[in-house]
Amino acid sequence: MTQAIEAPADSTQLVPADHGHAHAATNTGVSNAKLGIWVFLASEALFFGAFIATYFLYRGRDEEVGNPGPRPREVYDIAFTSVTSFVLLMSSLTMVLALAAIQRGDHRRLRIWLLATAFFGMVFIGGQVFEFTEFYREGLTLHTNLFGTTFFTLTGLHGAHVTMGIIWLLVLWGRSMQGRLHTEHAEAIEISGLYWHFVDIVWIVIFTAIYLVPQN
Amino acid sequence: MTTVEEAVSHEPVERARIVGRPISSTGFWSWFTTVDHKKIAIMYGTTAIFFFLVGGVEALLIRIQLASPNNSFLDANQYNQMFTMHGTTMVFLMGMPIAAAFGNYFLPLMVGARDVAFPRLNMLGYWIFLFGGIFLYSSFLLGGAPNGGWVNYAPINSTPMADGFLPGRGPDFWAVGIIMLGIGSVATAVNFIVTALNMRAPGMTLMRMPVFVWMMLVVAFLTLFAMPPVTAALIQVYIDRNFDGNFFNAAMGGEPILYQHLFWIFGHPEVYILILPGMGIVSEILPVFSRKPLFGYAVVVFSGIAIGFLGWGVWAHHMFTSGIGPVAVSAFGLSTMLIAVPTGVKIFNWLGTVWGGSVRLRTPMLFALGFIAQFTIGGLSGVMHAIVPADTQQHDTYFIVAHFHYVLFGGLVFALFGGFYYWWPKIFGRMMNEKLGKLQFWLLVIGFNLTFFPMHFLGLEGQPRRTYTYDEGLQWEGLNQLATIGSFVIALSFLVFLVNAFMSRRSAPAPTDPWDARTVEWMTSSPPPEYNFATVPVIEHRDEFWHRKYTEDDEGRLLRLPAGAAVDMSDPEGRDAHTLGIHMPSPSYWPFVFALALPILGYGFVFKNWYIVAAGVVVGFFGLVAWALEPQTAEDQGVH
Repeated sequence: MTQAIEAPADSTQLVPADHGHAHAATNTGVSNAKLGIWVFLASEALFFGAFIATYFLYRGRDEEVGNPGPRPREVYDIAFTSVTSFVLLMSSLTMVLALAAIQRGDHRRLRIWLLATAFFGMVFIGGQVFEFTEFYREGLTLHTNLFGTTFFTLTGLHGAHVTMGIIWLLVLWGRSMQGRLHTEHAEAIEISGLYWHFVDIVWIVIFTAIYLVPQN
Repeated sequence: MTTVEEAVSHEPVERARIVGRPISSTGFWSWFTTVDHKKIAIMYGTTAIFFFLVGGVEALLIRIQLASPNNSFLDANQYNQMFTMHGTTMVFLMGMPIAAAFGNYFLPLMVGARDVAFPRLNMLGYWIFLFGGIFLYSSFLLGGAPNGGWVNYAPINSTPMADGFLPGRGPDFWAVGIIMLGIGSVATAVNFIVTALNMRAPGMTLMRMPVFVWMMLVVAFLTLFAMPPVTAALIQVYIDRNFDGNFFNAAMGGEPILYQHLFWIFGHPEVYILILPGMGIVSEILPVFSRKPLFGYAVVVFSGIAIGFLGWGVWAHHMFTSGIGPVAVSAFGLSTMLIAVPTGVKIFNWLGTVWGGSVRLRTPMLFALGFIAQFTIGGLSGVMHAIVPADTQQHDTYFIVAHFHYVLFGGLVFALFGGFYYWWPKIFGRMMNEKLGKLQFWLLVIGFNLTFFPMHFLGLEGQPRRTYTYDEGLQWEGLNQLATIGSFVIALSFLVFLVNAFMSRRSAPAPTDPWDARTVEWMTSSPPPEYNFATVPVIEHRDEFWHRKYTEDDEGRLLRLPAGAAVDMSDPEGRDAHTLGIHMPSPSYWPFVFALALPILGYGFVFKNWYIVAAGVVVGFFGLVAWALEPQTAEDQGVH
């Protein structure tokens, strides 16, 4: 901020229109792109919040109103989901390592960690696809009962967000392979990382809400 | 400070890419690729005025139908489509986009920026708006428009079509269309927030920002947090309707009232999303035409922020008759009364601004004063709704229709017209005709009050909303006829506005500062060059421009400073950005391509055709990846 205010009045060297680059002078000192992603994630938080609230509203209601099964306890394989969840959480670690790598200018490791992060994400999605298929085989659909409606919607939308993140990471990896992602673009990795960590944190909440909080 | 890009002498290195980059910033096709916030604003404004007319025609059809008892001009289903699309159009395709038009044009100019923070995202917002509007209206040709009210309540709108209550695919079009428009609104909100927080000119502290910018900032935050809950609710409606979900299926223990909560958590902030830009515009107009600074700037700003916060705590006053229980009803009744406080504070600040000023009753000022008077009436009937027993009586009657039209028409629309007359010379470089402007104002005042004031009485006498006709002998005929006559006077006033706008092409060129204004958007040519300011102004005062023009003598009288104080900060020789070495974002195809994917996806979802959905995914993916790989400016393609 101070930097901007001290600019001489007659300067023709002006605040750039915007480049989203780390070096652009901004009033807050945070680059436009980074501020933008934070603001966007705040919006996303309410999106998931609405679905998580819906899930809690209807949790256990199937039992109360006598809807047909299956019930959560009959279909959950908590050990399996814990493993895929752990893999997803570990992908946040590799994401951080990717950012650290580009910040030191180590592009080879950047690419390794980006691929690792995307791979862990895919493992998680693979687990989700497997889980959905299993639940479907056991007779759970969007229509079966409230658990089916809320479970598939909430976890499905989260899965869609993870998928978007995977695509994002792969695009960044592709750019790096082409040699078009330079050390000064570290912020591009940081921003995709913010999104990735956000999706991970949301999963911690969802996992706790759906699988861990005891219900019948 | 950064970037003096050396005049770029080398050719941009052409990388392997499927389509080259659009270069031209003039000509017909440039409108499809432009990232210039001013051009995008004009597109927003033009499209929104078009939808304004369409929504107005729908209103006229409603009024013709209600002009006499047991009228058969429209049948029930047509009438349902009319009031649903009228409300939807006026909220999502007129109110929000016109605010986005003003915000786009003036938010960067008023903070002394060269463009918004994310020019391509800005472009995306516009194209999503246009395609979303076309998508919603295409439903008329594809089995009938949405017909379940602009609130799209469940279960009437969420029951599967086969055993549904409403004919046609209207609710699907509504759900998918509003989700689509919401994506565009959130993109624009992110853009406005970052622009206002990050791109202010040197010295433009937050408490020096013009009130309009402040209000747009509050609106952007409201949009950011209001759209996700309604998106969630509409996804739930879509799943219930198309996959036999149970979200709102009472037979399986689902609760329809969940929809009402999620909708109004969006819906009430939405009211402030619509009105706060109007309050911002009025707060700009009043000081200029009173030749006084805004009375209590900080209080006006903080009241706007307070409205923004309190707006989240009043949603259930739309649900007093839905059986949410006495505790909830009392709490929401109280919070609703509370929100009248910052609103009332603002009204007194506006009056304080005009009080004792040397008032010039030009057209923008008339509209601003009309705003204050009529918005106050709407505000007072709003406070009546905080009183729960009264609201229970008035719920879903024409009293409610009268109330929100006083706020949104008497308030917002008057402010928007004031904004058009005030900023028209800046945007188009031509003055609007004063006589026609005043004629339009008085026609609108008469027509508006003739239409909506009788509705208070109709509502108290029990005429229900959303009902396509009424019986003879209920004593409603006279007032309904009056309202219908009034609606045609409103239509006439719109015609006068359109004539005025059209004729302004031939009127005298506007000077840089036709109104002796106070804020920095008047410090550049009319219309401003692409880069807004050749030299970004350094801000030392609130009302910076005024302080550059005037000072006070020892006795506190205004003195005009000698000419020569920097007034026009565009380039006198009219050179372009490139020549001046100013680094502007370059046009792009990709936001257009990405936006195009959304209606394709939309049709796929509405008709449950997964091939069309797949096609939409492919187009969207292509647009997004190409966008991601394209640097923001053409120069960057060579530099890195």
